[in-house]
Amino acid sequence: MTSVAWTRRRLAFGRFWDGFRHERAGVIGLAVLVAAVVLALAAPLFIGESVTNVVKGTGDRMAAPSLDYPFGTDESGRSILLMVWWGSRTSLLIGFLAALLTIGIGAVVGIAAGHFRGWIGAVLMRVTDWFLVLPSLVTALVLAAILGGSTLTIIIAIGVTSWPSTARLIRAQTLAVEARPYIERSKALGGGHWHITTRHVLPNVAPLLLASTTLEVASAIVTESTLAFLGVSANKTSWGTMLRASYDWGAVNQGAWWYILIPGLCIVAVVMAFTLCGRALESVLNPRLRKAGV
Amino acid sequence: MTETRAAGGEPRAPEDAPPAAEGDVRVPEDAPPDAETATTEPTRRGTLLEARDVHVEFPSRGRRARAVDGVNLAIGEGEIVALVGESGCGKTTLARTLLGLERPTSGSVVYGGAPLDYGSRSLKAHRREVQLVLQDPTGSLNPRHTVYEAVAEGPRIHGLPDEQEVVATALAKAGLRPPERFFLRYPHELSGGQRQRVVIAGALALNPKVLVADEPVASLDASVRGEILALMLGLRDDLGLSALVVTHDLGLAWNIADRVAVMYLGRIVESGPVEQVLTAPRHPYTQALLSVLPESPERVVLTGEPPDPTRIPGGCRFHARCQVLASGRAAEAGVDGRCRSEPLAVLPAVSGAQVACHYAEVTS
Amino acid sequence: MTALLELDDLSVTYRIAAGEVPAVRGVSLSLDSGAALGVAGESGSGKSTLAMALLRLLPRDARVGGRILLDGEDVLTMKWGRLRAVRWAEASIVFQGAQHGLNPVQRIGDQIAEPLLVHDLVKPDGARKRVAELLEQVGLPTWRAGSYPHELSGGQRQRVMIAMALACSPRLIVADEPTTALDVMVQAQVLTLIKQLIAEHGISLIMISHDLSVLADVCDRLAIMYAGRVVENGPSREVFHDARHPYGRALAAAFPTVGDPASRLAPRGLGGDPPDPMRLPTGCSFHPRCPVALAECSTLDVELWPAGEARSAACVHVRAKEEIS
Repeated sequence: MTSVAWTRRRLAFGRFWDGFRHERAGVIGLAVLVAAVVLALAAPLFIGESVTNVVKGTGDRMAAPSLDYPFGTDESGRSILLMVWWGSRTSLLIGFLAALLTIGIGAVVGIAAGHFRGWIGAVLMRVTDWFLVLPSLVTALVLAAILGGSTLTIIIAIGVTSWPSTARLIRAQTLAVEARPYIERSKALGGGHWHITTRHVLPNVAPLLLASTTLEVASAIVTESTLAFLGVSANKTSWGTMLRASYDWGAVNQGAWWYILIPGLCIVAVVMAFTLCGRALESVLNPRLRKAGV
Repeated sequence: MTETRAAGGEPRAPEDAPPAAEGDVRVPEDAPPDAETATTEPTRRGTLLEARDVHVEFPSRGRRARAVDGVNLAIGEGEIVALVGESGCGKTTLARTLLGLERPTSGSVVYGGAPLDYGSRSLKAHRREVQLVLQDPTGSLNPRHTVYEAVAEGPRIHGLPDEQEVVATALAKAGLRPPERFFLRYPHELSGGQRQRVVIAGALALNPKVLVADEPVASLDASVRGEILALMLGLRDDLGLSALVVTHDLGLAWNIADRVAVMYLGRIVESGPVEQVLTAPRHPYTQALLSVLPESPERVVLTGEPPDPTRIPGGCRFHARCQVLASGRAAEAGVDGRCRSEPLAVLPAVSGAQVACHYAEVTS
Repeated sequence: MTALLELDDLSVTYRIAAGEVPAVRGVSLSLDSGAALGVAGESGSGKSTLAMALLRLLPRDARVGGRILLDGEDVLTMKWGRLRAVRWAEASIVFQGAQHGLNPVQRIGDQIAEPLLVHDLVKPDGARKRVAELLEQVGLPTWRAGSYPHELSGGQRQRVMIAMALACSPRLIVADEPTTALDVMVQAQVLTLIKQLIAEHGISLIMISHDLSVLADVCDRLAIMYAGRVVENGPSREVFHDARHPYGRALAAAFPTVGDPASRLAPRGLGGDPPDPMRLPTGCSFHPRCPVALAECSTLDVELWPAGEARSAACVHVRAKEEIS
């Protein structure tokens, strides 16, 4: 039997990939992403954490781009290129993990709120609404300040504040799925809550989850940068902390545009890539958008 | 006489009393004697699934909607019963109640002689025996599941062994041959008729005793309808499967059912063998339904929409739309006053022809 | 009598990513003024495409061939402005699914009056009077003008749709499955209304449905479509009771007459499935499902052959019979 399931999965993936290939923006986004992730993973093979060490800066202070330092240097004479490269590891790690946390909480709360229509659903939605109206940036700042600055703290701070919108989205989709007759059929076949949520609801909201994960990674990277810029960081070099440092050291006044521009461009490029991918996934996986032409 | 509304509102514990006595419980002292004689007829032997004085109420816009308002209905072994009525008459709610998908406010569902218990384990067991086929085969199949998975869903839930064997047999019984060819197909790759066969196969995979089919062919193409109905008849002949077919289509009842029950505003108003009820209807509502079929000589088009289950009129619940009352024939028979004020007793679950109508009781 | 509407070799092809889908393949029909024509067929037979094509309501990816003459004027070559005028004033369409045809946030009176005001046919207070008149015609109380669609039942909404179609006093109404989602009793009410309107106002009607018995009840003539072609055409009673094409017979049998012993516990259907328009069978496109197919049917190009007084059918058995007589 596993062979039947396996064949089906392979077929489904083949069809998905066929659709995705035709979304040019999505393919470009995916290429950028793969490049960014591979670079981040491969970084330790070429450089080490030492590139971010203040006392090991070898160049001049805020030197303009040159052959030795293609993207210039910072206030301590460190290479911006190498810092951005190493910093991508923290930025991407926080982005991915915070997004997973967000999606995890959002999916569980959303599906539960949509599936259990009675008081459980009502309570869950009130809790969601309460989190939704909290000013998330401020909450994240406070949380990070209380828990102390570490990568884990930042991830939790972002995850705990950004799940409510995902939960709402997933709940809406769950309600739509639960209204379908095949849910009724499944109940009549004897399926319980667990069966219905995992066999019918989850697979139907999964595409939405996948698409919103990619968008969520983008927003987590931005939030991380913002938090870092506002002074709450994991005390590790990331694109956000670089921006913060460039501000602290008055890079603008000194005409060191590369110090601001390079980390900024990195954030924009990766966030754009995630967004493009997310949109493409949405249109490929969402049957309602796919309908045209059938 | 207790007013129906008051009687319906009273909480009643489910009783184990035989169905004949149920009518007495609901309408105490002064039930019409004619109804009494009807109840003396013995219930059909080998009753498999039965609704005993079932009431189902919902809150609806701040009021209570009495969707099913006292129904006795029995489905015998190997019998096909058609439940006919307009939308909003409670026929779908009654079907869902028989499946255990809806819990009766009062009364009970009896399967194989034992009242249905709403604990999750016994409900699950009930659902192996009684299966559902819905109107819209496209909606009843998860678009992300293959035919194999759709049919295997039931066996997986109930942990049946030899899944592949069970699925193949069920598909073959439902007329999808050779079954292996359909395993990996998705619903959207099939025609409407084939999809409905997959739904039926999914039900058959659990070896049920009863199929509850809610408008099984209403959304199918005309030329495919007959095939699906023939399949249901064939299943009865080959497997002894009983069926309750919920429909608004009297032609369908004529096509496949042994017995028909006509429902109006939460109650069965007429029931009996198809030949008898559909060729010589006694209830004015059944007469009207039959008269609007194309080809029928004299039309009685009832005005207005079916009334609201939150406001069930007193007296006979059909009196406001009744053509017999409106034309004065009821007055000639001297029952017009009773039509307006005296509620009718709940019809018992018997297989013979019976009708809940003051006029029909007096004139026959 | 000249025909109000004449279709001459009408064809519609959808172009999609996977290729071309012929939905309507050479349909010629005519409708006299004041007459009612029923078009029957199942999903995919091209009947709804045909209805949309009549008023050029098809999506852009549809290629239309042939001619649609409305009062001698070709709808397909009309200028935009003229077409707009025709859509309201001469022919209007009632869609299936009354639930979605109405704007849920607008009062129904305003919705009925909209075409009148847009086309400058009446002043606002005249519009109110006309709306009241229309509601009365379709059997709704005039105070319903102030209601929103959700306050109406399915049957009432379908009546509103008919009132909207009648607003500009058209000469032709195209009704696409006007009663499909309705209950028998409500369906009977709406059909009675439609019959009464065509009788009293001399409006011509094209009604599209899969239910042959309903069409036979309302229409004078019936055309049965299969795989984009008309396979049988004739007076409705005769077609319904004594179809010459095997598909027509199967469709008629799908809706049994209650009380007919032949259909008791004997549902009759047709084996097989409607053909995929992209992979039509060769020869007569019905032959794979046909209970009386001959060997030659898989290659023979069938066309509508005369099959008695004002009747025709696209079946080789019909041709054989006519040649003998």
